[in-house]
Amino acid sequence: MAPFDLDFQPGERTARRAVRVSGTGPGPEDQERETVAINAEYVGREYPAPEPYEVTRGKIREFAEAINDHNPVYVDPEAAKAAGHPDVIAPPTFPVILGMAGSAIAVADPDLGVDFSRVVHGDQSFHYSRPLRAGDVLTAVTRITDVKTLGGNGMLTLETVAEADGEHVVTAGMMLVVRGE
Amino acid sequence: MTLRHADVEVGAELPERTFRVRRLDLVRYAGASGDFNPIHWNERFAKSVGLPDVIAHGMFTMAEAGRVLTDWTGDAGCVVDYSVRFSAPVVVPDDDEAPRSPSAGRSGPRTTTEPSACS
Repeated sequence: MAPFDLDFQPGERTARRAVRVSGTGPGPEDQERETVAINAEYVGREYPAPEPYEVTRGKIREFAEAINDHNPVYVDPEAAKAAGHPDVIAPPTFPVILGMAGSAIAVADPDLGVDFSRVVHGDQSFHYSRPLRAGDVLTAVTRITDVKTLGGNGMLTLETVAEADGEHVVTAGMMLVVRGE
Repeated sequence: MTLRHADVEVGAELPERTFRVRRLDLVRYAGASGDFNPIHWNERFAKSVGLPDVIAHGMFTMAEAGRVLTDWTGDAGCVVDYSVRFSAPVVVPDDDEAPRSPSAGRSGPRTTTEPSACS
């Protein structure tokens, strides 16, 4: 389970280039372990979504069913109206669809050199101005907010800000761990 | 029934819940979320990158943990902040006797939730 131990020791440092360090891997062969380093100069780089994202009743229903959440405000417009919403609302983690799309664009950026197969989700947050709802047309921009190296792993922090009609709806924060070799 | 702000004290514990996680859940979540990373459905691939087996999407676990919050408050639209730290993977072997994804406060695979809600 060693690759998943996210309780990193303090002593983080910002990496500017890949370095090789010996003896940090706990493997039986005690091989050299390659530190994953992401260039910190990319902090602040932005990745706008190529097109607006339309939130639909059908997609909200599909997502709610996939998480086995049968709350009627996600599928029944009348129940949603009774709860004070103009249409069905989306579950709190629904905006991950926007965050995933944004992070996929960032992770695919060849400048970053991230190996997607070694990416593990470290943490996730959502800050809402209001719930997403059917009918929303969201524009999203994903930004690299932090880059660091901890315990041989690269850590890439991204933030996706989604707006509708120029008004903030949700900010999704995501920290991705790129596991060392 | 919606929970009122005045009825809640700092330190109150939400009711513990247990959620079943099966391969089927991961396949369906992959489709709904758009996260088709093969570590969530392909055992050969998962093992080839050093994982013990297929693991659940962190966001699936976060969604299940979120149900603890929204079912408790009774108002799914009042969540203002919701954040988690993924501290251990939820390994999902290829059987129907699936492991359980515990809600906050249990040992083993765990998610720390820091929700804040309105009302």
